[in-house]
Amino acid sequence: MANGKKIGDVLLSVQNINLSFGGVQALVDVSFDVRKHEIFAIIGPNGAGKSSMLNVINGFYHPQGGTITYRGVTRARMRPHEAARQGIARTFQNIALFKGMSTLDNIMTGRNTLMSSNFVLQALHWGPAWKEEKAHREMAEEIIDFLQIEAIRKTPTGRLPYGLQKRVELGRALAAEPDLLLLDEPMAGMNLEEKEDMCRFILDVNDEFGTTIALIEHDMGVVMDISDRVAVLDYGRKIAEGTPGEVRVNQDVIDAYLGVSHD
Amino acid sequence: MEALQAVFVLPFLDMAGEPLFFLEVIIGGLLTGVNYSLVALGFVLIFKASGVFNFSQGIMVLFAALTLVGLMERGVPVWLALVLTVLAMIALAFIVERFMLRFLVNQDEIILFMATIGLAFLLEGVGEIAWGADVKELDIGIPDKSFEVGGILLNEFDLFAAATGTVLVVGLAVFFHKTPIGRALRAVADDHQAALSVGIPLKTIWVVVWSVAGIVALAAGISWGAKSGVQFSLSLIALKALPVLLIGGFTSVPGAIIGGLIIGVGEKIAEIYWGPLVGGAIENWFAYMLALAFLLFRPQGLFGERIIERV
Repeated sequence: MANGKKIGDVLLSVQNINLSFGGVQALVDVSFDVRKHEIFAIIGPNGAGKSSMLNVINGFYHPQGGTITYRGVTRARMRPHEAARQGIARTFQNIALFKGMSTLDNIMTGRNTLMSSNFVLQALHWGPAWKEEKAHREMAEEIIDFLQIEAIRKTPTGRLPYGLQKRVELGRALAAEPDLLLLDEPMAGMNLEEKEDMCRFILDVNDEFGTTIALIEHDMGVVMDISDRVAVLDYGRKIAEGTPGEVRVNQDVIDAYLGVSHD
Repeated sequence: MEALQAVFVLPFLDMAGEPLFFLEVIIGGLLTGVNYSLVALGFVLIFKASGVFNFSQGIMVLFAALTLVGLMERGVPVWLALVLTVLAMIALAFIVERFMLRFLVNQDEIILFMATIGLAFLLEGVGEIAWGADVKELDIGIPDKSFEVGGILLNEFDLFAAATGTVLVVGLAVFFHKTPIGRALRAVADDHQAALSVGIPLKTIWVVVWSVAGIVALAAGISWGAKSGVQFSLSLIALKALPVLLIGGFTSVPGAIIGGLIIGVGEKIAEIYWGPLVGGAIENWFAYMLALAFLLFRPQGLFGERIIERV
């Protein structure tokens, strides 16, 4: 890469994932690796299975076949809160913030997995719990600074405009100090300026915290600019994988995007 | 003119004329109010943790009281019966999570609501099969005696019930407001999937909350059951909790407490000072009228979260 960052070993490897809903094949034999510190993008036309893939990785969907190897442990399926505890954080395509809670509280919930292990004890332990809460609070404030959302820290998130909600959601995911950050269409529905801001934050997160990022987009332009590697899904199958430059000139990809018939 | 005077002036003169009696009325109202708060609290807890109005809360009160009485009738000592009933309510929480809530993650609230209606019928049936449908007397050994302090008539059992209620309510308020568990609860209520994605153990939260709601139901069951006997109508006190919730706000623990006290005191005062004007029985509808007024002017209740809707 131009900025000379060091891409490491494989962090996440999905192999031969098959996922179907009733008779619909959402994912067919999809395999790819995500390496440490890289920005890995999954692109494809609408309905290509991109979100399904993300949901398989963090355990919302359980694939019928294939394996998920994360940090060297191979599983047939993930479970959502297990994934969270293992350092996988995510955002959602249709923003899933806690709408009645303030920006700060939303970000604080992101630190849930880092708070002391036993939930009930944590509620009963007075002194230490209070100290712990303070430390977490400081970290949350740092994230708020980083994302430049100081002005809305006390605002209930349901009241925020769309672009800011997306940013708060990113903040909540970052609060978990994840090893792997999954972003489901982080730029969807944004105007140009918001998209540029989001790109900058994604690059900064990757750069400053060394966080590995797997993201989904269907806007190819943006993805090509910020990703290290790209996988392309179409009708649930992986049709290409490589650097943005390679993918851009791949004939299958061009066909998929231009809608050439598949027979 | 005279009518206006009877409504707006004379009752207040009565209050001022006999301050000691007025105080007695207020205390009586507060003591009843704590009991309303207890029932309302059960609703608030589950509403906060799942965004669902638990239709079966009233039946849980009945079920807890029935279990307690049933055990005592079979010769189990009071303290052991209490412990066993608490365990039964915790077991119920596990069962509800395992066989009901687990399958309904991320479903619409209305679906969860329907499930709680089913649960209400189930609990009612199980309770009656296990312990019988006849009216039972509940006596946990606290005398129902009245005594006088400084000219004010107090009832020993009422005081005991109020003290227990206060301890429970304060404990819960601290538990849910001053600890991270409170934030996790609100997160779960807002969005199941997002809560899972930040690693909040949904199942644990649900078991904890339903257990606590079960124990609160037991406390309410004891204090109401000792007065009116344990029978099906006990579950109808849940209806009295509705106006409390509307006034206090569905999501607020302090709201449930203050709402309960407002209604307890309000209906007693209305009954005694304004009752004679309309031939009495104000106590039966006062709470609902008050709730109606709140619905018109402050639909989120005194302490509820503002309802924000983007359009």
